[in-house]
Amino acid sequence: MRALTLLALLLLLTLASLLISLVSGSVSIGWNGLLAVLSGGGDALATQVIMELRGPRAVAAFTTGALLSVAGALMQVLLRNPLADPYVLGVSGGAATGALLALLLGLGGLGLHSAAFCGALLSMLLVFGLSHGSGNWTTSRLLLTGVVIAAGWGAVIGFLLALSPDQGLRGMLFWLMGDLSYASSPASGLLVLVTGLLLAIATGRSLNIFTQGEQTAAALGISVVPLRRFIYLLASLLTATAVTLAGSIGFVGLIVPHMLRLAGVRDHRLLLPAAALLGGSLLIIADTLARTLLAPRQLPVGILTALVGVPLFLLLLHHGRNVHGEAR
Amino acid sequence: MHLFETSRLSVSIGNTRVCDALDFSIDAGDRCCILGRNGTGKTTLLHTLAGLRPALAGDIKLRDQSLQQLPRKTIAQHIGLLFQDHTDAFPASVIETVLSGRHPWMGPLQWESEQDVAMARTALRAVGLDDMEQRIVTTLSGGERRRLGIACLLTQNPQLQLLDEPTNHLDIHHQISMLELLQQQAQHDHKALLFVMHDINLASRYCNRFLLLFGDGETAQGSAAEVLTHTHLERLYRHPLQTVAGPHGTLWLPG
Repeated sequence: MRALTLLALLLLLTLASLLISLVSGSVSIGWNGLLAVLSGGGDALATQVIMELRGPRAVAAFTTGALLSVAGALMQVLLRNPLADPYVLGVSGGAATGALLALLLGLGGLGLHSAAFCGALLSMLLVFGLSHGSGNWTTSRLLLTGVVIAAGWGAVIGFLLALSPDQGLRGMLFWLMGDLSYASSPASGLLVLVTGLLLAIATGRSLNIFTQGEQTAAALGISVVPLRRFIYLLASLLTATAVTLAGSIGFVGLIVPHMLRLAGVRDHRLLLPAAALLGGSLLIIADTLARTLLAPRQLPVGILTALVGVPLFLLLLHHGRNVHGEAR
Repeated sequence: MHLFETSRLSVSIGNTRVCDALDFSIDAGDRCCILGRNGTGKTTLLHTLAGLRPALAGDIKLRDQSLQQLPRKTIAQHIGLLFQDHTDAFPASVIETVLSGRHPWMGPLQWESEQDVAMARTALRAVGLDDMEQRIVTTLSGGERRRLGIACLLTQNPQLQLLDEPTNHLDIHHQISMLELLQQQAQHDHKALLFVMHDINLASRYCNRFLLLFGDGETAQGSAAEVLTHTHLERLYRHPLQTVAGPHGTLWLPG
């Protein structure tokens, strides 16, 4: 079956990128060393590097990439707009504002993460409340409200950057571009990912029909308003979790769903899990490059997602099927 | 008990009164047609009858049950709607689109069965699109797209089918073959059809009952002999009309 083959291939890609990220880094641990650590042997330093540094970081990268890709696919369906990404409705702006405030106050770790999540949640509820204030909740109203609120957050972020002392700027910039070095405990993110993904796949057939328009969906027996709220809340929560974990990593959420669509995957019951695997492995690869390319310097992973993603996407766009599915 | 009926139904959109206190019923085998000028609210009325928008007043009943009290999924099992236009943000293939007609009949986690696929293929064959299964819908011509919509409705298989200008974009051959197909279904499978059409001649050839919307809330309904008259139709279209005798009855021509 085509669907299972695709998922199996993507699973292999995920495993491969995971293994590569585990052996790459300043402390050289070869394949034999990795094998020894994974089987419980291995020397103390290698075990520590893999179990406490590279392992959690790779899992965090996978989780973040998967969360963003699934959220991006859902936002595109919700707004029926191929240009939508997880950040289009302002969730990341709210999170960034919370995080920058925390950094300005000298908070780190849990304080930073909670502030980011609260900011994302605030933004999400603000958009939700304002866009259906008058009772009808149209797509363009939602999009406009979200875009305007995102612009508002942009101004606040600029203001905070202007206020902050010079030595704090670098950390803030890293956070704004997305950075996985703060991502310490990916377990809760992984839990959100698995739960959210299962819920999204379960509504997959309705999502397929939703892309044909809300009238058509309603005529085919879908209760449109609850479904729309569900997609909005789920996509926002997934985005909030991802941004809290690693800052606003751009590009993944926009292009991963499109890469799959260009490859001819249209059924959301397959598209969503495939997006999770592809987005996750893409971010593992990008993060591995980010911390090894100019080692010991680390680059913000957001730069690498764009550097890896742009040529890959253009290649697919050029050689694959176009958006209307005509083979070139 | 009627298959479908409205009692004292009032519908309006913007400043247009579509109908006031309309009593109208449809039974199995009926082929009804709504006629009216542009902008008199024919599509609005059709959407209201499908439960997609609220009425101003009155009640709509499907087999004696008020439409408002029925879950959307149940309504979709009994009432299908062919829309005038469509959204193409993420276009699907022909077979995927036709299969979406099975949605109201499937459980939330159910996958399309062999039987669903067989139904979809039968519908595609019936409208002459069986060699286009894998085509993406945006690559179809306007007429092919229209027939795809009809195939989707056949796959949904509701007893009451509401069709908003089904012959739009169709050439003469396909106009007749699609209307014949729908008419045969109505007769053999006890379906009921409610069309919106602008072609009085096609309407009078395939429909047995007519509902005229005059645009001011007033309506007229009845058989061809009762409502397809010079007085009614010239008032309806605000244009003089002439008649000639044709093979299937009176033909109406613009004067």
